[in-house]
Order: sequence, then structure tokens, then C-alpha cells
Amino acid sequence: MSILVDKNTRVICQGITGKTGLFHSQQCRAYGTPFFGGVTPGKGGTEVDGFPVFDSVDEAVRKTGANCSLIFVPPGGCGDAILEAAAAGITLIVAITEGVPVLDMVRTADVLATRFPKSRLIGPNCPGIITPGIAKIGIMPGYIHKPGPVGLVSKSGTLTYEAAWQLGNVGLGQSTAIGIGGDPIIGTNFIDCLTLFEADPNTEAMLMIGEIGGNAEITAAEFIKAHIKKPVAAFIAGQTAPPGKRMGHAGAIISGGSGTAEEKIAALEAAGVVVSRSPADMGKALVEAIARKKAR
Amino acid sequence: MKIHEYQGKQLFAKAGVATPRGIVARTPDEAAAAFTQLGGPIAVVKSQIHAGGRGKGRFKEQPEQPGVKVVKSADEARENAKRMLGNTLVTIQTGPEGKQVNTIYVEGGLNIARELYLAVIVDREAGSPVVIMSSEGGVEIEHVAKVSPEKILKEPFHAGYGLQPYQARRLAYQLGLSGTAVTSAQSFLPKFCRFFVESDCSMAEVNPLVITAEGELVALDAKVTFDDNAMFRHKDFAELRDLSEENEFEVRAGKAGLSYVKLDGNIGCLVNGAGLAMSTMDLIKLHGGEPANFLDVGGGANVQQVTEAFSIILADKHVKAVLVNIFGGIMKCDTIVTALLSAYDTVGFTVPLVVRLEGTNVEIARKMLADSGRKIIAATDLTDAAQKVVATLKA
Repeated sequence: MSILVDKNTRVICQGITGKTGLFHSQQCRAYGTPFFGGVTPGKGGTEVDGFPVFDSVDEAVRKTGANCSLIFVPPGGCGDAILEAAAAGITLIVAITEGVPVLDMVRTADVLATRFPKSRLIGPNCPGIITPGIAKIGIMPGYIHKPGPVGLVSKSGTLTYEAAWQLGNVGLGQSTAIGIGGDPIIGTNFIDCLTLFEADPNTEAMLMIGEIGGNAEITAAEFIKAHIKKPVAAFIAGQTAPPGKRMGHAGAIISGGSGTAEEKIAALEAAGVVVSRSPADMGKALVEAIARKKAR
Repeated sequence: MKIHEYQGKQLFAKAGVATPRGIVARTPDEAAAAFTQLGGPIAVVKSQIHAGGRGKGRFKEQPEQPGVKVVKSADEARENAKRMLGNTLVTIQTGPEGKQVNTIYVEGGLNIARELYLAVIVDREAGSPVVIMSSEGGVEIEHVAKVSPEKILKEPFHAGYGLQPYQARRLAYQLGLSGTAVTSAQSFLPKFCRFFVESDCSMAEVNPLVITAEGELVALDAKVTFDDNAMFRHKDFAELRDLSEENEFEVRAGKAGLSYVKLDGNIGCLVNGAGLAMSTMDLIKLHGGEPANFLDVGGGANVQQVTEAFSIILADKHVKAVLVNIFGGIMKCDTIVTALLSAYDTVGFTVPLVVRLEGTNVEIARKMLADSGRKIIAATDLTDAAQKVVATLKA
């Protein structure tokens, strides 16, 4: 009925005593997410707005049975927080933090892959993940995501909200919506999400939102061509971005003439994906993708 | 953050990476003195700007003068410096407007046997730093990648352990080096990689990397870009920043916590979120307009930030209309409208403003806009917003 997040998900927040961490923990709890407190080293044994605070993730896991951590710690400590969560046995780590140094993520991703292969990282620099009606683990506005058959995966935050809203306008909700983040090195990529959505019986179609920079959308297109049977629609942001300039996201930069929107759109179309040229038509593109599959 | 060649070489030298001897000069007389001090029969006078292609570049005010020149006397060094300093160098990477040269670097000559290409970047797909080398030094690497991709060598290395000597040797043999040059590479390349990691670079490029007649590897160029996200732990690099090389509006936006990139069009945009901001530019273009900028006000935009965003957008004289596109999530639409109206009055809008709002509390926000008495054009959706803002230019 969803991917990665279901009713057995038990969430804690690393950085819960910070302003942003507390605010979003409250929002997640209000949404109905099973939320069990948070971690701030040195503040263990205290409480914030009804959330118990622990000194370490290890302690939080022992005392609450948490299996998911939402991270809001500042950029310099984010890689460390991710590894602490993984070492404590957390299986789903959602890092919202923006501005993590790239080489920190290189090291963190390396240790995760070699030492903690059972822990999945989403982000950093992402809005999080939501299974509408079940659990929201992130900073997205919950009410725009309706339950439904579409698997939504995106590099961007507000563009994900835009897409969810457009899907709502054409009467489609989401099985799960994931923001994978706009940084060059991220824990979970398009292919991971597409694989999970393909295997999820309650996901009937997928909407993928990419942007300029890197070639994740190109490899995803090749993967879709070879392995994905369900209908897929896509949008690529940054068709008008100039080369060599970083467009907000650390990863959104066209370098050496590669990573352009055109090449990504061409690769996706060649893989049978319906690509919306306008950001206003993402919902319509998905409807068309479903119709095209049915026509075959 | 980019730095100048001479700054990069000073950092290389500290890290034990071989560079030619060189002296910074800010006046023609200093350039002449530098030549004398270097004591060689020849020296190279190099313009310092944050762009490549300087050797082939020419000055607007001095069409015959190249940006890099080999000189044979102190007088010649002085004359070249005189034609460079204060003038505007146009290269393949600066765009037609060029960049003003305020500093030059005078470097001793080398006995060059071969020129190679060297760079280290972070490879996103491999998730690790990677050394990129080529036997084709001194030319545009993008050109080599297109024409003869087999000449580009890649060696990923572990960020913690660094480039191992065997990896350096493997690269050296693949490049056809032999004798002392292999030994030199085995020392030079791991040091260069350590510099990359320890300084949190996002790119370090040496083009050309030369092999001297004596078989030593020497960095004849230095193009270093740091990861902005890591600058909090390299406070000493702040003084290397040259604000005159950056767009003044981009600097101002950075100070206000906004993400702004100047573009060539005439429709200013103010958007929340990087992905939506990029899409808004695309949308404008799709409807026949040209975006004047990328601007992401972020998730927690307040009155000060929106005011600064508007004044930056309007300071660009090409801007003839402004489009605000906000998808209010956690940041409620009515909060944004309060900031918008306050900023609108502070800045003193003289061009049409089209506002598209969606998301949390959108009804309250739309009513606030309608009742505000300001000349703001409300749009119902993305397409409507783009059409309306483009139409204001035709009216």
C-alpha cells in the first residue's frame, strides 16, 4: 500500500530541541505520524512539548523501539548524525538538513554502504517522505497529499507540492511521495524509488521530477526502459538555466555542457516516459502516461 | 567560491604541490621588479581573473594584447603589465563583457617537456572524488572529451585514505611517463588529492600540468573552486574571496540568505524553492518571455528577505515586469502576502507585478491581495501567471 513508510514506522527526531526540529516534529505528530520523541546530546531526560528527549539515538531506540529518524541537525553535524542513527539500527533515515558539505556526504555514504547496508538514507537537503493518511516524515504540508495510486519521486521540495496539488486537480492521490533531495550525493536515488514503486501493488503509475545537473535522470531513463512496466510521467526543471551557474540546489549545475534539461528529456522520452514541457502540466502528463499504457 | 590562480598556487605550495616560482604584482613597476627578482632569462606575465582561456583572450582597450605573455626583460614585463592592469580581458569563458584585470602574476619560465591535463572533482555517480587526467594538456578538456574520449583517464579514490601510490603510478604509465617523471607523479598526485579533500574543494584543475625536461611534475596553472557549504570550517579562506569577480546582486542576495542568479531577460521572478524557481523560469520562456533572474527566497521568507529580494530584482534596469510564484506549504500564503505588501510599498514598484499563490491559506491571501488597493495582478494558476506577465510587456 506504500513504500518505505507504513503503520509500523516509529519515528524520532535528531535535533528536536532546535526551533525547526521541534516545529516539524509537532507538525508530523499532528498529522498522525507515530512519533516517539527526539535526540539532542546533553539534553537527555528532559521533555519538549510532550516529546521525551534522549542523549543518543541508541538510547532512543532502546526506550521507544524507534526504527526511523528525521534529522534536523546543522550541516556540519549532519553526516555524523546519519551515522549515529545507522549505528543504532535505524533502518530509515530522513535527513532534511540543507547545506551539508559534499565531502562529508561522500564519507557518510561510503560508511553507510560498507558498514550499515540495512539503513536507508533519504536526502539530505530534501522535504522528506509521506504516505498520505498514514505517516508524514518531513516538512511537506500534509493536506495537499491525498491517498491514491501515484508514486511521486522528486529532487525538489516546493515543486513536489506543486505536483501533488496538480495530481489532486486531476483526481489522483499518491501511494507515497518522496523528495530525494537536490544535493550531488544523496542516499536514495530515482532508481531506488522506481524499483520500490514498481514492486508496490498499490502504486499504479509514477511521476518523476528531476532537474539539471548530473546524470541521475539519464540512468533512470535507461532503467525505466529495461525494468519498469507501470506508466511513468516526468518533468525536468531548469530548461532555461545557464551553464556553470548553481541554481539554488548544490547539485543543480550544468557543467562541461552535460547535465542539461534537453538531454534528460530526450533520454526519458526515448524510454517511453511522457515528459511535461511545462511545470503546469505535470498532472496532465501523468494522466496521458496512464492512458497511453491502457491503449496498448 | 572561486579563487585566483596565484592564490591557488600559494595553497598548492603549502600542500607540497610543486608550482613555478612566482610574484604577485599590482602595478607595472612591481611587475618589472618581479622579473628582476625571479632572475631568469624569461618570465610569464599572467592576468588574474576568475576565468580560463586567458592566453587566447584579448583586452577590449588593447586588442593586440593577450592575457598571458612571455617576456624577456623587466621593461617588457612593465609594458605588458601596463596594457593589462585596469583593462578588460575578454576570453571564451568571460562572455563578451569581459573582466577587469586588477592583479597580475609574474612567473619564472620552465623547461617544458610535456603538457598534461589534471583535475579532481567529486563524481556524483561513483560517490567519490575522482582524478581526471589526459595527455592532451593546455587545451579545452571539453573538446578532448568530445573528439577523443579515450584520451581521458579517470581514477576514483577514497576520500579518507586518499590517492594511493599505485593509483598514481597507474595513471603515470597510462600517460606514457617514464623514469623520474613516474617517481614525481607518485609524490605529486597523492599530495594534490590530499589538498583537494582537506580544503573541501569542489574542483581543482591544473591545465596544463607540465613535465619539465628534468622529469618533474609542476602545476603551471591552478583553477580552484571551494564547496560553499564547507566554508564554515575554512574561515581562513574568506580573505581569498574577490568580490569584484562576482555579480554585485548575487553577493547582496547571498548576504540576505537568498539564492539569486542573474540572467539576460526582462521578467524578474521571486519564487519559494529552487525547483519551483527553475520551473518558473522555464514557464516564462515557454510562454514567449525571457526570465531576468533565478531567485529562491527559501522556506522561511520574512519581510526583510522579500523586501531585499524585490529591491535586487528591480535594481536590474532590464526588468520590465515581475512574477511572484509562491506555493505556500508550511510557509502560509497569508504570511507571504503580508511580507509582499510591505515590501511592495517599501521598494516602490514601478513595473507590473503578477502574483500567483497556491497552498495553505490561499483564500485568505488572495482576498488580502484583492483588498490591498495596490496595482497587483492576481493569477489563478501557473499558466495564467505566465501568460499575464508576458502580456504586460506587450501592452
